[in-house]
Amino acid sequence: MREELKIDNDQATKEMLESEEYKYGFTTDVDQEIFPKGLNEDIVRKISAKKNEPKWLLDFRLNAYKRWLRMEDPDWAKLNIDKIDYNEMSYYASPKKAPDSLDDIDPEILETYDKLGIPLEEQKMLEGVAVDAVFDSVSLVTTFKDKLAELGIIFCSFSEAVKDHEALVKKYLGKVIPANDNYFAALNAAVFTDGSFVYVPKGVRCPMELSTYFRINAENTGQFERTLIIADEGSYVSYLEGCTAPKRSESQLHAACVELLAHDDATIKYSTIQNWYPGDKNGKGGIYNFVTKRGNCVGKNSRISWTQVETGSAITWKYPSCILTGDNSVGEFYSVALTNNWQQADTGTKMIHLGKNTKSTIVSKGISAGQGQNTYRGLVKVGENAKDARNYTQCDSILIGDKCGAHTFPYIEIKNPSAKLEHEATTSKVGEDQIFYCQQRGMNEEDALSLIVNGFCKEVFKELPFEFAVEAERLLSVSLEGSVG
Amino acid sequence: MLEIIDLHANIEDKEILKGLTLKINKGEVHSIMGPNGSGKSTLASILAGKEDYEITKGDILFNGESIMEMAPEERAQEGIFLAFQYPIEIPGVTNSYFLREALNSIRKSKGDKPLKPVEFVKIAKEKIKDLKMDESLLNRSLNEGFSGGEKKRNEILQMSILNPCMSILDETDSGLDIDALQIVANGVNANRGDDKSFLVITHYQRLLNYIVPDFVHVLIEGRIVKSGDKSLALELESKGYSWLEN
Ligand SMILES: Nc1ncnc2c1ncn2[C@@H]1O[C@H](COP(=O)(O)OP(=O)(O)OP(=O)(O)O)[C@@H](O)[C@H]1O
Ligand SMILES: [Mg+2]
Repeated sequence: MREELKIDNDQATKEMLESEEYKYGFTTDVDQEIFPKGLNEDIVRKISAKKNEPKWLLDFRLNAYKRWLRMEDPDWAKLNIDKIDYNEMSYYASPKKAPDSLDDIDPEILETYDKLGIPLEEQKMLEGVAVDAVFDSVSLVTTFKDKLAELGIIFCSFSEAVKDHEALVKKYLGKVIPANDNYFAALNAAVFTDGSFVYVPKGVRCPMELSTYFRINAENTGQFERTLIIADEGSYVSYLEGCTAPKRSESQLHAACVELLAHDDATIKYSTIQNWYPGDKNGKGGIYNFVTKRGNCVGKNSRISWTQVETGSAITWKYPSCILTGDNSVGEFYSVALTNNWQQADTGTKMIHLGKNTKSTIVSKGISAGQGQNTYRGLVKVGENAKDARNYTQCDSILIGDKCGAHTFPYIEIKNPSAKLEHEATTSKVGEDQIFYCQQRGMNEEDALSLIVNGFCKEVFKELPFEFAVEAERLLSVSLEGSVG
Repeated sequence: MLEIIDLHANIEDKEILKGLTLKINKGEVHSIMGPNGSGKSTLASILAGKEDYEITKGDILFNGESIMEMAPEERAQEGIFLAFQYPIEIPGVTNSYFLREALNSIRKSKGDKPLKPVEFVKIAKEKIKDLKMDESLLNRSLNEGFSGGEKKRNEILQMSILNPCMSILDETDSGLDIDALQIVANGVNANRGDDKSFLVITHYQRLLNYIVPDFVHVLIEGRIVKSGDKSLALELESKGYSWLEN
């Protein structure tokens, strides 16, 4: 355990943290079609009909819905959540004019994405990054699709995949996360609306970053996206998702499912920059973020790597996990979670070692400020047949001020004696001495804090694609400093 | 340049500085020697603006103006530099990045344009060569895993890059090998000039052979009990401090 350092929780620090501003809190005024509030079988059918889905998919949804009705919402997380009324929100919202191409997209929406730093128009597109833009319940457009198709790579919205690649979707949907896996996964399976679908064929190395940009715009609407990524033998893909939502005093629900599947010698890198609206400084509003993310390294020598930067949401509940089925497969989880003001995060990972010689790495960095509560919860499980499994876990927490909290719950289950596990955990307060040292060299207190916290997160940021590492650093500084972008 | 007038300072109700007066003019090098716990580092920290101390009496003037109300970074921007007795580690922040941020903060306060990474690296590499330090230290986490001597040399590297007019060196010679001592002293001497002043805190007369001071002061129990020229350091070396304690 590192030396406990005393923080100088003086007025300046407090003001600086309180003045945090959320730059993405604007709303876009578009004509939307929104389903009436409430959840019942009819709504599930309507969503499916809206998307012209095949019968098997409707059955998948209905089955999930029935299971969900019988399930209880989980209460084991260290989260204080007001009871969610599932009949007080709508489950589908889409801009009325369904775009056929970019030219059809409402200019208001194009401008929205411009403001978010994700231009969708051809001439402005980010180089080397293909984007799928999901606006509330629908995917608007996917860039660079044709270029990727030349290599046999499928990158499209989930709805499109159901139409154009039905066999693939049918083969893989719900295989990593069964519809009844948990309360929120079941809810998602019943009412998911859109998301991304990726298939990378044998031996293909995807030449650009694939990314999905999720935007919640409509009021009193939940977002339930579903993403499925399949990397065939010997392929490689790096995927990134970003999320923002308008500033509203009512909380909104986001319950996503992400399934990854890596075949022999394949690698999937999945990065998240989660910046949903966190609520105001009194804890009013903000997104409730309940996410189930899981990857299965089914093939030998396969690798799945999760990197997440979680700075937004009022509540974050997510545990991106790896099932290491194939021999020599590798699972990684790199996480930065920041909770400021009244934000709460209960996040971590599960590494399930089933194959021989499987290896996992967990690096978690929790930052708590204000009244924020930050929990790491992780499970490392080694099955009977997982000979010579190895895990390295490192959980570091840093506290800014003395009203916040950091908690660590590492669980371990070992059924094979050859397993080697290493665990390190530290909790420290941002050092007064460190801040003074920076100030003595000419930096102000805000810059010093942001420098120190960014340094603390370095091991995770270096796992992000370069373009996004810079964004993550900036985001962290904004979340801490309250400087308006 | 720097004027300390009858300074009294407490920490946790214990009086550490008990009426310290000292004047350093432009271009002068002053040395402070004194037993452990006499208040040397306390003085250095107070000059740099650390807030843990309660100043009960006295004033500090810098270029004729009181700096008592100035934040640490403002003092740094005005040209006060402290080479720490125990340099601080900042994991995950490279030495180079830290120094560039520092330099650019100072430049910004003066209305100068920030240096781009390439421009900065060029300067940093030159300076690091002068100090015969390994270039790789620029890309390592600030002070993390640096040897004792490397940390001390790194403080001097920072000094020569930030180019302050009032440098306070707190036992920068402790922990340096003989060659390093010479190099550090050269580093300081290279920074000497008509408009630059130094306050060198040390336990060893040896350093003062290389950085020749204009004045030597003895600090005992929070007061300067004797001042003289460089020969005073030699006298202390042979006689110790006891003859000065009342
Ligand atoms: N935070 C603190 N709390 C309590 N006492 C302190 C604190 N900081 C310094 N002191 C005390 O103040 C006195 C002066 O300390 P200071 O570090 O200034 O001495 P110094 O002259 O630099 O000694 P050295 O030669 O060992 O470096 C010491 O008795 C020390 O224990
Ligand atoms: Mg000292």
